[in-house]
Amino acid sequence: MEAEIREIRDHLNQFPPFDSLPSELLDDVAAAVEIAYFKAGTMILEQGQPIHALPYIRSGAVEVYHSNGDLYNRLEEGDIFGQFGLLRQRRVRFPVKAIEDTLLYRIPDTFFERLCDDDNFADFVELSGSRLKSTVDQSLKENDLMTTRVRKLINRLPVMVETTLSVQEVAALMTDNAVSSVLLIEPADDEDSDGVFRDDEGRLWRLAGMVTDEDLRIQVVAAGIKPDMPVGDLDNQPLITIQFDESVNEAMLIMLRNHIQRLPVLYRRRPVGVIHLSDIVRYETNSSLYLVSNIFSRSSVRDLSRLVPEIRAAFIRLVEAGSTSQMIGDAMSSIGRSLMRRLIELAEDELGPPPIPYCFMVHGSLARQAQSVITDQDNAIVLHDSFDPAQHDEYFKTLAQKVSDGLDACGYAYCKGGIMATNDEWRQPLSKWKEYFEAWIADPDPKRLLHSCIFFDLDAVHGEERFVEILQDLIVKQAPKNPQFLAAMARNCLSRTPPLGFFRTFVMETDGRQHKIINIKSRGVAPMTDVIRVHALAAGSSAQNSIERLQDIDKANILPAGQVDKLRYALEFISQVRMRHQAFELQNDQPVDNAIEPENIDNTERHNLKEAFQVLSNAQNFLRFRYTGSAQ
Amino acid sequence: MFVQRPQQSVIDEWQRYHEKQASVCNHPVLQRFYQTPLPAADTPLSRVSFVALDFETTGLDPRRNEIVSIGMVPFTLQGILPAEGYYQVVKPTRTLTEESIAFHRITHSQVDQAPPLEKVLNELVDQLRGRMVVVHYREIERPFLDLACRQLWRERCLFPLVDTMAIEARWERRGWKQRLKQLFGGQPASIRLNDSRQRYGLPVYSSHHAKVDAMATAELFSAQVARHYDPTTPIGQLWD
Repeated sequence: MEAEIREIRDHLNQFPPFDSLPSELLDDVAAAVEIAYFKAGTMILEQGQPIHALPYIRSGAVEVYHSNGDLYNRLEEGDIFGQFGLLRQRRVRFPVKAIEDTLLYRIPDTFFERLCDDDNFADFVELSGSRLKSTVDQSLKENDLMTTRVRKLINRLPVMVETTLSVQEVAALMTDNAVSSVLLIEPADDEDSDGVFRDDEGRLWRLAGMVTDEDLRIQVVAAGIKPDMPVGDLDNQPLITIQFDESVNEAMLIMLRNHIQRLPVLYRRRPVGVIHLSDIVRYETNSSLYLVSNIFSRSSVRDLSRLVPEIRAAFIRLVEAGSTSQMIGDAMSSIGRSLMRRLIELAEDELGPPPIPYCFMVHGSLARQAQSVITDQDNAIVLHDSFDPAQHDEYFKTLAQKVSDGLDACGYAYCKGGIMATNDEWRQPLSKWKEYFEAWIADPDPKRLLHSCIFFDLDAVHGEERFVEILQDLIVKQAPKNPQFLAAMARNCLSRTPPLGFFRTFVMETDGRQHKIINIKSRGVAPMTDVIRVHALAAGSSAQNSIERLQDIDKANILPAGQVDKLRYALEFISQVRMRHQAFELQNDQPVDNAIEPENIDNTERHNLKEAFQVLSNAQNFLRFRYTGSAQ
Repeated sequence: MFVQRPQQSVIDEWQRYHEKQASVCNHPVLQRFYQTPLPAADTPLSRVSFVALDFETTGLDPRRNEIVSIGMVPFTLQGILPAEGYYQVVKPTRTLTEESIAFHRITHSQVDQAPPLEKVLNELVDQLRGRMVVVHYREIERPFLDLACRQLWRERCLFPLVDTMAIEARWERRGWKQRLKQLFGGQPASIRLNDSRQRYGLPVYSSHHAKVDAMATAELFSAQVARHYDPTTPIGQLWD
């Protein structure tokens, strides 16, 4: 190969998608290149003109426009353009202008076709759909916990005993078999009812529960119960199980969510094993599980606050293990929730039992099971309607203060917007909360809604969960019927738009302005979450998590085909970028924020982020069109 | 008027020379070369076939130094086609000095295996036929080629060319501002190939190689036309 072709090839080889081409193909491409120069300010491609080569920017910069003249993109060294025109009728779709003196390499269209046979290249030019999609899919595939099945963790059949056996016999059996839990079964006659399975000999059994070492200690020994009592008479929690082909990750999340350490594994309905927390930990040392059990063993706020470095380390490990943002959000939320629950328990221990039933609820990212590592606290208290301020408020005010201070000590800063149970307004009986929500929905004042939209992500953390369920039901029933409310929520969503993309070390806005940093939360994650929330409210979904909401939105057929998937990919990718950024800052002892500098984003990531921003921008336009009845 | 009158005489002179050579040359390659007419001096740049030419030599004096390699890249204002160019290492009659090896990175073994100039001169002249030659600094390629033809074929080989260095000098070193700057001791802008290219935002190439330099010259000329002229400018205006 001659020197000048090597110059061309070596340059191409620094940039995607050329960097992943087979080397013979790259050599051929370099040898086929035609070079052209354009002075700053001249048109390179005019709309509708024939196009027979793929332009690659060797040096300089160009702007790509929509047919209406709006800026579509700004590209620089190593970027390609015109692929849409080449793919469709060989006519230029988006006009392109040199904004600096620009040297182009033109790759003839015959080579473009050869290049498109390469999967990577085809992905890049979006021939086979979205590059963002394949990136997110790939990260899902690469995550071990997501693909490993629970069955891999089973190392023995479960020990099963009939409920009629005495507690003593069961304890002896557990000792003989060296197990810390047994499953309880009782004869059944109807194969179609819940939890009924058929054993090898064809007999029908119903899975009735589980007894653990801990049960024997607490419920029998400590309670002074005679050991001849039938084991079936022990207080038995409803059994949570998992199917044997579910992922290890799912098992982990079920344990985290339910604060349990053992999970019976079923093949269809038949128990085939019991996995313990330590099985998963052994499989993949995952400190988030340890952390949760650790949280519940701490006995003071100070002890709890000492866990902060471990929580952060767990976050970093999850990010480094290539976990999806969904998994990380779930794990971090479980940790946040456990911490909060423990703080409430400690406060209750100190203040005595609550005078009336109540529920501590959370809003925002914690309610959505999408918490990141550094986050504000957003919480409120729903009280029983027998609430009498004079008699009860002192207790709950103190409780709220202790929990809020405790959260702050554990790294969950006070909410700047005052969304905390310490605020009298957000510590109210259920009837008052109903009034709040009814007013927000029936009389949607956009300004007021801007501050209260955070309440539309809500979940119970401790206490009477049904209080929060009642509020969730109220929202689900009323929101879809109130177009004005949806319109107001939609309008609020549109106040935070994504940028157009990146250009060199700048964030590029749709009007061509350039900024040094982008706040990935307020320009990406938050508006995406907002869009999904509005659709979820319209669809009458009671889900809080964005991915679960998207499933409901999909079922309700609110969005054009394919949109739900796009939103999911875009949200996942933007969230991943944010979490990776925060993990990096934690590792480098920098203050954790959401401010991303374009120079730290590599080429592939830029491409994907741009696509994600585009998805968000389109979703906002659709939102405006659908709920506010106006096109842009 | 002041600029155009001498240029018109340059054009006339070249056309007369080319026609005369067509009838007096005996070597078949030179006959072919001169029987292919020059483009009319009023041909717009956009319709001219160019070829960027670069020699690596052992020094600057054609009488004492020799050609070591030849690089050529054909182009038009629509595009440059590096792969369609020509590259040839040439074995000089005298041995290479260490300094020139360090400069060109053409080693003894490359040179030893290369043909002597007399074996490649036919092809070299044939490649230039019908194309407008573009060089950076007119005092190398044309005098070296002319001397080679005189020594090997006993005939002259001269032709009009476009000198990107002269163009650069014309735009960078003229005008009262530049003269004023020099009057106060300011350094005149460098018009070397790489320095000139930088003014047009053209990239820096890593290798020192006749064909890379030919490509670099073609790019520089395209940039100069885009900035200082336009595609309708008549080619004769740039003849040197």
